[in-house]
Amino acid sequence: MEAAQQVSEVEDRRALVERLREEARRLRITDIRMLEKAGSGHPGGTLSAADMIAALYFHKLRIRPDDPMWADRDRFVLSKGHCIPIVYAALARLGFFPEEQLMTLRELGSPLQGHPDRVRLPGIEASTGSLGQGLSIAVGMAIAGRLDGADWRVYCMMGDGESQAGQLWEAAMLAGKRGLSNLVGILDQNLVQQSDLVERILDIEPVVAKWRAFGWHVREIDGHDMEQILDALDEVETVTDRPALVLSHTVKGKGVSWMELDPEWHGKAPDAEQAARAIAELEGTATGGGA
Amino acid sequence: MAKATREAFGEALVRVGGDPRIVVLDGDLMKSNFTYLFRERYPDRFVECGIAESNMIGVASGLALAGKIAWASSFACFLSGRLETIRMSVGYQAANVRLAGTHAGVGIGDDGASQMALEDVAAMRALPNMTVIQPGDAVETERCVEYLVEHEGPVYLRLTRQKLDDVNPPDYRFELGKAVVLREGSDVALLGTGATVQEALKAADELAGEGVEARVINVHTLKPIDHETILAAARECGRLVTVEDHNVFGGLGSAVAEVLAANGSGAPLTVLGATDYGQSGKSEELYDAYGISAKHVAEAARALAKGS
Repeated sequence: MEAAQQVSEVEDRRALVERLREEARRLRITDIRMLEKAGSGHPGGTLSAADMIAALYFHKLRIRPDDPMWADRDRFVLSKGHCIPIVYAALARLGFFPEEQLMTLRELGSPLQGHPDRVRLPGIEASTGSLGQGLSIAVGMAIAGRLDGADWRVYCMMGDGESQAGQLWEAAMLAGKRGLSNLVGILDQNLVQQSDLVERILDIEPVVAKWRAFGWHVREIDGHDMEQILDALDEVETVTDRPALVLSHTVKGKGVSWMELDPEWHGKAPDAEQAARAIAELEGTATGGGA
Repeated sequence: MAKATREAFGEALVRVGGDPRIVVLDGDLMKSNFTYLFRERYPDRFVECGIAESNMIGVASGLALAGKIAWASSFACFLSGRLETIRMSVGYQAANVRLAGTHAGVGIGDDGASQMALEDVAAMRALPNMTVIQPGDAVETERCVEYLVEHEGPVYLRLTRQKLDDVNPPDYRFELGKAVVLREGSDVALLGTGATVQEALKAADELAGEGVEARVINVHTLKPIDHETILAAARECGRLVTVEDHNVFGGLGSAVAEVLAANGSGAPLTVLGATDYGQSGKSEELYDAYGISAKHVAEAARALAKGS
């Protein structure tokens, strides 16, 4: 490889990382605005997932906003369905639907249901919200892709809390058994579930050993480090004999200091004052020592 | 020739299996529900999920959302036991999944209550977009499976372990949602579904010997149910008996009662079916013990006649 080309690729990568960081920041701001307007929702798990969602939707996923049902698209299944607003924010930014519609989240008749609804909103691959079921659907899609000899991939984001559900492990076992290398699991390990820390409710550790035992390739990353996210998403494409899990270590509520790792912010919307404060922090315009 | 509808189902899947969209999923019961026949012929499109029915149902959904016609099969009780998964991953998803629940009802016999689905029709009927079908013999099962290749939307197909007499002619044509009048009569209407259609026919024979002409109706589609045929029976026969190998809470009897009540029909209705979880025994013994054999259908018809 020519030296000049190498320099150019490094610069491209740097520019990509910067672009995606900015997209993630915008997603977080949109998310807070939507939740505040809706008056309910889940800030903690949406904010923890924002960087990965940005990397997937603004870089990795092969999708066509003007043709949501394009047969050769990559599929993204959000198994932790309550965190869908961060995906809505990405879909709107990409032009799947008008951005004005974002503020109808959770309203009667809106396609932006409190949990994802594939029938009501093109761009959503699977209706989820009952935890522990998304990976099974993703496995079915991956098997279909294999049967068709297709080259699209299926990505499925799960939560660490929902990793307590038995069905998720049934799906993991089948995917491992069938060596579904067109399937990428993403575990958004933000450490907190509704009532308390995951480790206090029902510890899922040693989670890496579990996934490996089920026949998966596992890559651990800091889920808020965009370079690591991109490296992991590239790496899993090189695994050809088994499904891959990106274990994304994240912080619930990431980006809003006073929401971070606080179970209180699992499922409560910020009020107007809190939203303004959160957005100021995300915009980097916050003053003083925070809340 | 008497044949179990589960066997007719397995054979029919092979016949339609040339369609590359069809994928069959199993939860380690392929020999019981005859899907092993499909596996022998189309191994690439057979997905063994192991004893993990919730996952099997979700995988079926994913296959369907990616364009496949996914047939997930297990004992009826093990499918309907995953009601919430079916609700979320199949129904709400509007996925083109077919759930084939075999070994329905007390008719399975010896294995007893844990394997007897007696509430599955009620559970599946409660899902808004779920079509619920229970064929009454082998030919109806075959035509139904063929029909379901092109049907859009989630379907629950209820099948028997035990052999059933032929109740339909060999040239039978299946029409979704259209109950079949197997025998004309205007003194009483006997409505069966699946394994109890043959009981209703035998009861009608018995009643004919006493000068009572019973109309026998095969309600193969439990949802959407055939209002027209039921209301015509109420109007023309005046009294009705339903008989099902299912409990009386939410199955055929309930569906018929809903139609009658919603249309202001005051026709008396007797609902025959189980009222507990079932038990071990021989199939025929159990049909007697649970009051759903021909003898009980005839008795119910006589009692209704006396009461009018």
